[in-house]
Amino acid sequence: MQHPAFEEVTIHHEHADDGTFYKKVKKTTLLLSVITVIELVIGLAIYNIHKGENPNEFLILAFKGMVCILTLAKAYYIVSVFMHLGDEIRNMIMTIVIPLLLFIWFIAAFIWDGNSYKNLRNTYDKHFQESTMPAKHGAHKEEAKPAAPASGKE
Amino acid sequence: MATTATVHQTKWWSGGKSPFNLEYGKLMMWYFLMSDAFTFGAFLISYGSIRFSQNFWPDPNVVFNAFPGAGHANLPLAFVSVMTFILIISSVTMVLAVHAGHKGDKAGVVKWLFWTIVGGVAFLSCQAWEWHHLITGEHAVLVDGKIDIIGQTMRGNPWGSLVSHDAALAALQNTPHETLVNLAHQSNHGSSHEQLAALTDKDLISKINLDELHVRTKGPIAFGGYFYGITGFHGFHVFSGVVINIVMLMMTQKNVFQNRGHYLMIEKAGLYWHFVDLVWVFVFLCFYLI
Repeated sequence: MQHPAFEEVTIHHEHADDGTFYKKVKKTTLLLSVITVIELVIGLAIYNIHKGENPNEFLILAFKGMVCILTLAKAYYIVSVFMHLGDEIRNMIMTIVIPLLLFIWFIAAFIWDGNSYKNLRNTYDKHFQESTMPAKHGAHKEEAKPAAPASGKE
Repeated sequence: MATTATVHQTKWWSGGKSPFNLEYGKLMMWYFLMSDAFTFGAFLISYGSIRFSQNFWPDPNVVFNAFPGAGHANLPLAFVSVMTFILIISSVTMVLAVHAGHKGDKAGVVKWLFWTIVGGVAFLSCQAWEWHHLITGEHAVLVDGKIDIIGQTMRGNPWGSLVSHDAALAALQNTPHETLVNLAHQSNHGSSHEQLAALTDKDLISKINLDELHVRTKGPIAFGGYFYGITGFHGFHVFSGVVINIVMLMMTQKNVFQNRGHYLMIEKAGLYWHFVDLVWVFVFLCFYLI
């Protein structure tokens, strides 16, 4: 079928069938809502772990990783179903997706850099360390001595 | 030898054919959105980088726990989940508007565009309330041995780590009279400012409920700049999306698209609107969930 406005463009995906279209939209909406609810439940779980006496750092990190993966799933559904990127020609999809792969390096490098900056400052800038390091949980005891170990930070 | 290649080239790249089988405007909208994704990505990654360079970062569940009309109730994540659902639903109504456009159904386009605009305005209103609540919030913070009352601004962050009961009590002794009056007012809504101002510092301190006050140290200053900067930039996108949708609605009602024979413009506006929703998914993740 030819495009209504541009001779050189043909319409390659179906807009016609209302039934399947509404079903797909309904399914995607439901999926996005369910994922959001799961994310909120995980967010509240993290909050409750934080509140406890000795928060399990590993569990918190695992939950945060799960939310990140769920967010990527949401992004995938929005882009491929709502924005119809999934219906485009493969080469066109690649001109969008391949540049975005830069984010993999981008995120890893900058977060690594931030973390390294923190470790350097904790090592060489004692004032920074003492003024920003949170007190250990259950901190109703006396203030820890300034010379207290950097709680596992190298 | 080169003939086959030339034939192929003529077929796809030398005019008369769209290699991606897309009209120009839509393709360019995609590339604009890709560049915008990099802008947002750079902001969010910069935020992540700073966050990883700090020993302490506020727990979002502590910062974002208010709900309009709920007073001081502790409702972490409640309001932002409302905002998220508003944006998801407005994305769905946009899909329906684009679909109505494909069918040339003017009434359908008008109806669904209208609801999309309503969703966008509702989201912006929620954001305005949230910002106002954060900026004007009154939080007791331990600064230089005394208690200060500050809100979440670009210069101050009241969400440091909790101060122990004893340290907070000691700091109250050095706190100026007016601040004590305000703090006492937070725990005793029954008495007026004038009544409290007449009391001595000692009486005021005895009236302050330290366990309810949650005195904290100052948190990382960068929090405010990143939060207002990135949610503000996203809010600006929502705002421009609403303006674009209003223009689309007016053009539809003036039969511009009907006379043109197609509603492709709605499709491009839709791409932009979905992108705004897509960015919110990541802002929601980075600021409210982790």
